[in-house]
Amino acid sequence: MLMNLFKFKGGVKPPTNKTQSLGLPIAQAPLPTRLVVPLHQSIGGMPRPVVKAGDKVLKGQLIGQADGWISAAVHAPTSGTVLEVALHVQPHPSGLDALCVVIEPDGRDQWIERTALDYQAMTPEQVREHLQQSGVVGLGGAVFPTHGKLTASKTVPMEEMVINGAECEPFITCDDLLMRERAEEVVRGIGIFRDLLQPKKVLIGIEDNKPEAAAAMRAAVSALNEKFDVVQVPTLYPAGGAKQLIRVLTGKEVPASKRSTDLGVQCFNVATAYTAWRAIAHGEPVVSRLVTVSGNVDAPRNYEVLIGTPMDELLKLANPHPDTDGIVMGGPMMGFLMPNNQVPVVKATNCLIAHSPRIFPPAPPEMPCIRCGSCAQACPHELQPFEMYWFSRAKNFGKTQEYHIFDCIECGCCSFVCPSRIPLVQYFRFAKSEIWAREREKNAADGAKERFEFKQLRDEREKAEKAEKLAKAAAAQAAKKAAEAAAATEATSTETASTSAVVEATPTVAVDAEKEAKKATILAAMERAKAQREAAQIKNTENLNAQQQRDIAEIEARREVIQPAAPTAVDENKA
Amino acid sequence: MSFTTSPYLLKDTSVSQVMIQVCIALIPGIVAYVWLIGPAILAQLVIATLAALLAEAVMLRIQNKPLSIFLSDGSAIVTAWLIALAFPPLAPWWLTFTGTLFAIVVAKHLYGGLGQNPFNPAMVAFAVCIVAFPALMSQWPSVGLQMPLLEQINIILGLAPRVDALSGATPLDALKTALKLAEGSVDVAHLLANQEIFGNFAGRGWEWVAGGYLLGGLYLWQRKLITWHVPTAFLGSMLLISGALWLYSPAQFASPLFHLLSGGAMIGAFFIATDPVSGCTTPRGKLIFGAGAGLLAYIIRVFGGYPDGVAFAVLLMNIGAPVIDLLTQPPIFGMKDKA
Repeated sequence: MLMNLFKFKGGVKPPTNKTQSLGLPIAQAPLPTRLVVPLHQSIGGMPRPVVKAGDKVLKGQLIGQADGWISAAVHAPTSGTVLEVALHVQPHPSGLDALCVVIEPDGRDQWIERTALDYQAMTPEQVREHLQQSGVVGLGGAVFPTHGKLTASKTVPMEEMVINGAECEPFITCDDLLMRERAEEVVRGIGIFRDLLQPKKVLIGIEDNKPEAAAAMRAAVSALNEKFDVVQVPTLYPAGGAKQLIRVLTGKEVPASKRSTDLGVQCFNVATAYTAWRAIAHGEPVVSRLVTVSGNVDAPRNYEVLIGTPMDELLKLANPHPDTDGIVMGGPMMGFLMPNNQVPVVKATNCLIAHSPRIFPPAPPEMPCIRCGSCAQACPHELQPFEMYWFSRAKNFGKTQEYHIFDCIECGCCSFVCPSRIPLVQYFRFAKSEIWAREREKNAADGAKERFEFKQLRDEREKAEKAEKLAKAAAAQAAKKAAEAAAATEATSTETASTSAVVEATPTVAVDAEKEAKKATILAAMERAKAQREAAQIKNTENLNAQQQRDIAEIEARREVIQPAAPTAVDENKA
Repeated sequence: MSFTTSPYLLKDTSVSQVMIQVCIALIPGIVAYVWLIGPAILAQLVIATLAALLAEAVMLRIQNKPLSIFLSDGSAIVTAWLIALAFPPLAPWWLTFTGTLFAIVVAKHLYGGLGQNPFNPAMVAFAVCIVAFPALMSQWPSVGLQMPLLEQINIILGLAPRVDALSGATPLDALKTALKLAEGSVDVAHLLANQEIFGNFAGRGWEWVAGGYLLGGLYLWQRKLITWHVPTAFLGSMLLISGALWLYSPAQFASPLFHLLSGGAMIGAFFIATDPVSGCTTPRGKLIFGAGAGLLAYIIRVFGGYPDGVAFAVLLMNIGAPVIDLLTQPPIFGMKDKA
């Protein structure tokens, strides 16, 4: 069907390098020797481990319990024995450790009892709950828990649901093959999302370099009698960025400060829809995903890979060339080099690219920026990368924020086109992390200041209370003395009239005494404070050497001479 | 394995490629120049290039910057060529040489080198030389240079006497002077028709050189090295003001076509005002920058004391460029309603 498409500004056309891995159908990767399953595989709360070393687990058995609403469960990818629940290096550029469940497969790959659900008969809450318990997360790379995106906004009606099958990054073909081979299940998954969100329109965006995938999806849509629009969008990186695809299909622009739901749009990846369908209709939690293995290898291909498979075992299947010197996870534009080759495949792993200087030659030396503006023309968010670069470089982070650095999606278009070969994205990552670090520091400092001020307040209050107590005690003492004196007077005098006078006088004495006591404590406190101040402040007249002391003496002497003269002069003027 | 970050794919581009494209784009203009005005310009191009590379090498050495990377970036050559094309073709070698040295040493490197200069170096060289050596900078070949190349080179090198007859004024200057001398007794159309220095639209020969620059400029635009904003605004504003005054009094003011094809208008619009380092970078900023430069160039060349105003117009706009950029920041993706 014909549809009015919109354009986003900027974008680049890197060589797609997709054909290499499209030659063969999806293959099932063999069971690895062991699986290292990180517990934290989605945005949000870190799931709690519910197994311990020595436990026997079945394929699909829960091993990590979701923590909070924005969190998703984690499951055993195959049957076997839990070897340990320990810290392992994560597939993240930081190379940091995180808690993982290490499983030794028993080779039987035995599933838990799976029950197919009829989601039509379930309440939306139950469906969302089930998706969370099945570990369904956004497989486009952001791994946001899907159930969290399936609640329609109460204020903004859901206009369009965008299904992302654009797959704009070079090398990656896993979504392409998924749509070609499993289109029906993808479309059924989209149906679940549609039923939960009730959008007016469902738009499936696929880049026009994947005609087979688009055809398969169209066939599946019509076979299932759905009214989804399969739209071929121009191939232009980053058309597969959620915000860019939303723009192309709906004309709406989602700023960094808003969510797409505020504009009545929600976006899901095709692979997410597929796993949602498997979870509902087959009772299978997310324990595997499609991964493209490409780059510097002999046999690039797409594999169905168990989550937790060490990357080097997967890469071996594709016969990497001997000059391979690392693994890039994700595409060449936004992916990153793994800290080591043994890190596990996770739900966010859509592609492994064997890295070698031959296919990714190191960037030539960085030249000065000539402000040519190529980066600004390539930026899909219409930022001014060269301005942000100047300010990032100068560590003028406030200015980088004025130029909207947090709207940068780090797509890499600016670095790609820069004739001066400036790693612009790297500068922006640096600036962003510095800003975050400073914000944390500031919050910490603010907290400390608050605590300190509260302590001061408390100290003062305590001091005041103490002084009051002392004053009361002194008053009581004085009153007692006065009473004694009165008693003595009474004893000596028989006149009742004088008694009343003395009794009247007593309170006055007591009040005076109280005042005196208060005054004394205040004076004492002032004295103490003064002493403290003097102790704390170093005077510049202390610790002087002999020469300085002589100088001061001389100056003092001169002053002695001048000062008596000065008033005289004034007097003369007056006269 | 070195520490590298995404993107791992980079477009095949570099600063030197950009600069080479600019040089290629200048070739149609240079060819017309050689053909119609005389091959002396080739000698000037060589002199300016040598001076620029020498100055660049010395300045890089002083600052301990890698010679091979920066000498080959081509930026000095572009500056040199623009200077050679702006100077009179028979200017003595030392004038071109000094101007180029000044551009590279003072206007470029003393401000921090590549990418840091607030003023267009070639225009600084032109402005400095026309102020310091007004007579030499105003001696243009009257109509073509009907003499052998060797003789021309001898004049440039100072080996032959500078023949007065060969050194006239530019068409712009000639028109201005004639109008001033005649004090209203002669009109522009009459002058253009009867003086040999004028051709079909503007200066004889020069109009085609300007056409060559236009062609080269369109190539730059097609290769996306420049955007349409600056040339369109520059030529547009010049067209508007010259058109308005021409309609007001055709006897006193030359036609817009004359102005667009005379002096530095074309090369200025496509090659000089588009310099990203010293110019504006935002789309609206580029429009303001181009329009301002075109307008100032016209005002200076018609009402000012200099035969052409492009150099001063560009330098004046260079002063304002940072502020213009600051005030014309485009709205970003998703924030267009607010802006």
